Amino acid sequence: MKVTIDNISIEVEAGTTILNAARMIGGDIVPPAMCYYSKLQGSGGKCRTCLVKVSQGSEKDPRPMPKLVASCRTTVMDGMVVQNITSPEVIEARKGVVEMLLINHPLDCPVCDQAGECHLQDLGYEHGAAKTRYEFDRRTFEKIDIGDKIQLHMTRCILCYRCVFTADQITDHRIHGILNRGDHSEISTYIQKAVDNDFSGNVIDVCPVGALTDKTFRFKNRVWFTKPVEAHRDCETEGCCGKVTLWYKGEDVIRVTGRKDEYGEVEEFICNTCRFDKKKTADWVIEGPRKVSNKSVISSNHYETLKPLPVVKTNPLLQEANKEQFERETRL
Amino acid sequence: MGRKLLLEHINVPGINTFDVYRSKGGYASVEKALKTLSPDDVVEEVKKSGLRGRGGAGFPTGMKWSFLAKPEGVPRYLVCNGDESEPGTFKDRYLMTHIPHLLIEGMIVASYALGAKTSYIYLRGEMMPQIRILEKAISEAKNAGFLGKNILGTGYDLELYVQPGGGAYICGEETALLESLEGKRGNPRIKPPFPAIAGLYGCPTVVNNVESIAAVVPIINEGGEEYAKIGIGRSTGTKLISAGGNLKRPGVYEIELGVSVEDFIYGDDYCQGIANGKRLKAVVAGGSSVPILPANLILKTINNENRLMSYESLADGGFATGTMLGSGGFIAYDEDQCIVRNTWNFARFYHHESCGQCSPCREGTGWMEKVLHRLEYGHGKMSDMDLLVDVSKKIEGNTICPLGDAAAWPVASAIRHFRDEFEWHVTNPSIALTSNYGLANYADPLPKLEAAEA
Repeated sequence: MKVTIDNISIEVEAGTTILNAARMIGGDIVPPAMCYYSKLQGSGGKCRTCLVKVSQGSEKDPRPMPKLVASCRTTVMDGMVVQNITSPEVIEARKGVVEMLLINHPLDCPVCDQAGECHLQDLGYEHGAAKTRYEFDRRTFEKIDIGDKIQLHMTRCILCYRCVFTADQITDHRIHGILNRGDHSEISTYIQKAVDNDFSGNVIDVCPVGALTDKTFRFKNRVWFTKPVEAHRDCETEGCCGKVTLWYKGEDVIRVTGRKDEYGEVEEFICNTCRFDKKKTADWVIEGPRKVSNKSVISSNHYETLKPLPVVKTNPLLQEANKEQFERETRL
Repeated sequence: MGRKLLLEHINVPGINTFDVYRSKGGYASVEKALKTLSPDDVVEEVKKSGLRGRGGAGFPTGMKWSFLAKPEGVPRYLVCNGDESEPGTFKDRYLMTHIPHLLIEGMIVASYALGAKTSYIYLRGEMMPQIRILEKAISEAKNAGFLGKNILGTGYDLELYVQPGGGAYICGEETALLESLEGKRGNPRIKPPFPAIAGLYGCPTVVNNVESIAAVVPIINEGGEEYAKIGIGRSTGTKLISAGGNLKRPGVYEIELGVSVEDFIYGDDYCQGIANGKRLKAVVAGGSSVPILPANLILKTINNENRLMSYESLADGGFATGTMLGSGGFIAYDEDQCIVRNTWNFARFYHHESCGQCSPCREGTGWMEKVLHRLEYGHGKMSDMDLLVDVSKKIEGNTICPLGDAAAWPVASAIRHFRDEFEWHVTNPSIALTSNYGLANYADPLPKLEAAEA
């Protein structure tokens, strides 16, 4: 099936979502996703940051779709034409969504462990206005411990439901879900019990913000002072791939996470033993330093020569659109 | 006074019992449909009748039925949406309380048309008396052989169940209703797939409003073409309107679509005007989620034609000067009502009822409520109005289900039409706490076109 996203065409299989088609093209035209996670069944459609405009439904039925659609849950049709960053309407709507997401999110980035690898931070930087228009109290919650290694700080949560889907996927019964409704919804476990599972630590990796944090790493360091290294080990836990990223500070491994791709999604889940207990270099086989995008704050410590920012492909139309977007944003 | 199809025998004593209902010609449509018509014929009749969904969106019912997927070996379901919780709407409750067999008769015919062997009536959890009434009516119908195995010897089986709802407005959204019916948290599903393809338990499902299903009975009895003669244009048949607010005679009225709004408010057969001799200030024509209109715009369209109670006429002028028929929750406000307070009250409701799944609705409804609360209680700013319009724009159309739109429209329309009242609340905060803005110019004859569009 042929789909055109921001004037770039690509052939994809039937059943592919617009978001995944865009990820195959790559670059700046990929819509941001806060709740969609390709490894979690049923995720997506909730955060609305990936809204795109479908200006032509398909070859057979060229009518545009009346509303903006969530690209992570809309499958492509043959001959579909999608506008993402080339549509001012989409940019405007996305700006609105980012503003909404930030309404009840505390601006505690200076003390948040997720800062530096937080998707909401990136999104806020790209789309958000410099000042908030919200002048009321934000909702706050007490911190909750989910087991002895994971802490839930609900105040920071943006209710993406990723951890709920993770819990559904790693266990056969419901132990972790949402309480209440509307803006007082909160993530919780079954009567504050621990999620007792070898893979429970993965909820930390899937969390796009700092709501679920690793208690063995909490307040130890800022991510941009640590050096990520790819490593693996033979893990006895069934289902654990043993492929991780080690985060070094000097000689010490201070954190172990799953290996994430450019969209912040782990390749495979790792077990709690690998994540929380194996914190010696001797436990691991080092593969080499992790490639970090030169846009990332993590690379600021890596002393590589700065290259010009990668510009999407060599499409003049797209470059024009990028320029427009840049101008629109810098006018603020 | 127009013809009555649904509430014809409403004043007959004991019409809520099977025997009286049957003696008044009840269950004739079941006999007619099951014995003389094929399921496709029934669908065809409903299509011909031009019946439009009575739950709010006004989607043609016959068309919805014909979209139902019919794969082999997979059960199909009919679900009746009785989760009526929209502020201002109480027509379904009235129908189910007083004439429950009409709904059951409609359910049997509609289930037959769709080939459903099991059907559900999902009722709002607060409607406990109606649940008991319906369960009693179902057992009466079953004893008489209209439900259960081999109905009337035609070989058609149907089981009907009543399910109390989970106690949330959002469960009236069709996919959230299905989730709730399955025993899960009532969160709307992401569409597509639509319920006609994968609904209840992943099977093809049709969800219809109580009144739509009840309207199938007169359609089958009289034929679709006869039904289509009632009403005006594409708004065919009769509609239950639950009139409330400052009316002299509020209540549930069955009107032929096409009655003028003026007649409906002031006519002797209907509401008989505004209570206590006051003047009309504003009307919410179809339940809290439709745009509110000032008196002059609800009585006349922008082209100075009489506005009629029909899907098209109420929507005339789009969102700039029109509204919607919605679910028929007609709320009238007299000159002493405060639009700011009313808008805040609606926003408070939507904030409370947002399911919290998608971000614009979850955060935006709360934000709007807080700003409106500030305006109502005298701490507002002049910039708040533009802020509210902007926030409502960012919610509208960007959410999974229509609750976001429903929350945004009343706020946006109130500011569009009553901006000077909002401004008065900002400039006179202390007076606004004790008295109200009054009628102002909201009932004046419509000004020239340009001025009204601004």
